[in-house]
Amino acid sequence: MAAPVRGMAGSPSIGNTTSFQKKTRSKLVSIPGTRPSVQNGQLLVSSGVSSLDYVIGGGLAVGTLLLVEEDCYDSYSRMLLKYFLAEGVVCGHELFLASARDHPDEIMQELPSPIVDDVAGMKISEGQSQPSDPENPDTMKIAWRYQNQPRVQTALASSVRFGHYYDVSKTMEPELRQAAKCHSFYQLQETPVTTGSSPLPSPYHALLKSIQTVIRKEGFDGSTPQVGSECPRLGLHSLGSVLWGDDVCCKVNPAHCHALTTFLYALRGLLRTSLSVAMVTVPSHLIQNRAIMGRIIRLSDTAIALESFRGSEKETNPLYKDYHGLLHVCQLPRLNCLSSEVPDTKDLAFKLKRKQFTIESSLRAPAPAFIFRPASQPASALSPQNTPSTHPTALRVYSYGTSPNPNEQRGVKTPPRLLTSAVSGL
Amino acid sequence: MQTVQSDFILVSDRRADASFLIHHYLSFYLRAGCKVCFLGLVQSFSHYSAVGQRLGVSLAQAREKGQLVFLEGLKESFGVLLQDTSQETQPLSYLRSPGAGLEGLFRFVESCVRQSGDGNAGESWGPPVLLIDDLSVLLSLGVSVGAILDFTLYCQATVCSELQGNMVILVRCEEEDADDDEEGSNLLQRGLVHQCNLALHVEGLPTGYCRDIHGQMEVWWRQRGETIYNQRKIFHFKVHDKGASFFARGTSSAVL
Repeated sequence: MAAPVRGMAGSPSIGNTTSFQKKTRSKLVSIPGTRPSVQNGQLLVSSGVSSLDYVIGGGLAVGTLLLVEEDCYDSYSRMLLKYFLAEGVVCGHELFLASARDHPDEIMQELPSPIVDDVAGMKISEGQSQPSDPENPDTMKIAWRYQNQPRVQTALASSVRFGHYYDVSKTMEPELRQAAKCHSFYQLQETPVTTGSSPLPSPYHALLKSIQTVIRKEGFDGSTPQVGSECPRLGLHSLGSVLWGDDVCCKVNPAHCHALTTFLYALRGLLRTSLSVAMVTVPSHLIQNRAIMGRIIRLSDTAIALESFRGSEKETNPLYKDYHGLLHVCQLPRLNCLSSEVPDTKDLAFKLKRKQFTIESSLRAPAPAFIFRPASQPASALSPQNTPSTHPTALRVYSYGTSPNPNEQRGVKTPPRLLTSAVSGL
Repeated sequence: MQTVQSDFILVSDRRADASFLIHHYLSFYLRAGCKVCFLGLVQSFSHYSAVGQRLGVSLAQAREKGQLVFLEGLKESFGVLLQDTSQETQPLSYLRSPGAGLEGLFRFVESCVRQSGDGNAGESWGPPVLLIDDLSVLLSLGVSVGAILDFTLYCQATVCSELQGNMVILVRCEEEDADDDEEGSNLLQRGLVHQCNLALHVEGLPTGYCRDIHGQMEVWWRQRGETIYNQRKIFHFKVHDKGASFFARGTSSAVL
């Protein structure tokens, strides 16, 4: 059953061109940067990458946990985390960033800058779109319903949109970044506290306590009724790595094998009580005990895994030459409904381009159902060859074999059966 | 005189999601008028309530009437772990000290199922039912397999044998490992299969992912009343918005 999307009262969406105001009891719709899901009416936020939103069912549901299994060098998962935080900045959500390796401020400084259509520059001050003056000689006579639309698409108009595009070759303006409230937790600067009888070892306990303090202080758990309060985004980088004091990545039978799983369980409980979204990256390639990895995946709501081709033999494989890696959707949540989002295909590959991170089916489909192209740029100009460079390229996941590259060498004729080896059972 | 069958139903899955069976049993027993004790350890009450509404039962109403007792294991977990709640947290004491076992949880279950019949309006409910959504999450929290098996044995003795009620437990397993002597969910599932009457095992299709058939379910009748029989059948299923449909292998509407 599809929830009616149009005409939600209280939504400051610019696209609301009808005067029809639907009575809704929910106040959640007025949070900028969110939209209700057509699947089950859940409130969704964008993860920052539009194609990832499509793959995980429209977006991240508020109150859920997204687990990202890192690729080998943590390049693309870190990029996803930055997209996630940048989306929060643009939508005006509060951020909480916890990291053990790099200082959170460093990560914040590397956020990609959003692409806006306004060529005059980005406006950062608060304000809404100006309704046009009735005495204005430019009053529309025919298209009068569009009278109140903004003439120029400003940055603020885009902030109430769902999902934005980012240019990774530029970093976000400091003014825009500082306009967003960011709480940070840097593990190496925290003083270790003896937790006594808690089964959670010190870093995770301190992190959980810090998250709870922030949520309580800002009133996101409903203790202070705030109409239109933003939904905070929690980004936790590289949990489970050695820098968090956890040895789950070092040994097959770690001493604190329940530390990370207990933390994730408690975190999910905390997210359910407050209107927040969390993205956690875990270096799963280092975790040797597959049972623990299975538990970690089941303890989160949505789980994806990134596998980059960099440094592996797949890099020179002509099948994959248009892509930077594979994306596996390990788990999709079933929230408030019996059936979960069932993807069309589970063979997905991604590509990072300067202005986009695209995810597409990696099978040779005759006509791909979706290709996102915000700016018309020839794929050949920007798609890197097999040299791994640190040049920022937009992540674009293509179904290989269908990229719009006209001079693509299609010398390799592989039978489609080869591609189904990546398909895994539900 | 009608003999009441008391069943211990074990629902397990491997790399699939069998929670739709839990939703089914919850709505089934509520509609049958039984008193239900539900330990919700992995999802919040509103999730079950939303699904229950699609299946035709109102969980909030059942809770108010006293027919349903719901333990919010997930939402109260962080409070217990961070030691800052002053309320009674006996049932969730395994969070603070996982090595001590699940006695607190059992006492909670026992107190709940034994008071059937003292509803506020004087209604007497049917035989009590214990539903547990995801017993295997306790393994992730540090509780040992032995402690969990002890807990289910105590529950079975109380709910099924003494009070002639029913039990439905969900256990989620992982892939079979080469070293099976490791304490894990597979060990737990094997131990529970020996205790139960009916084992429902949900898996993905062995041939790969399919949009129209969500998986296969193996039904294993172990014991019914006094007769012991060993009957196993496999069905394919597809989960819809309002339920699931089961069909024999190869007869999916997508195929025919």
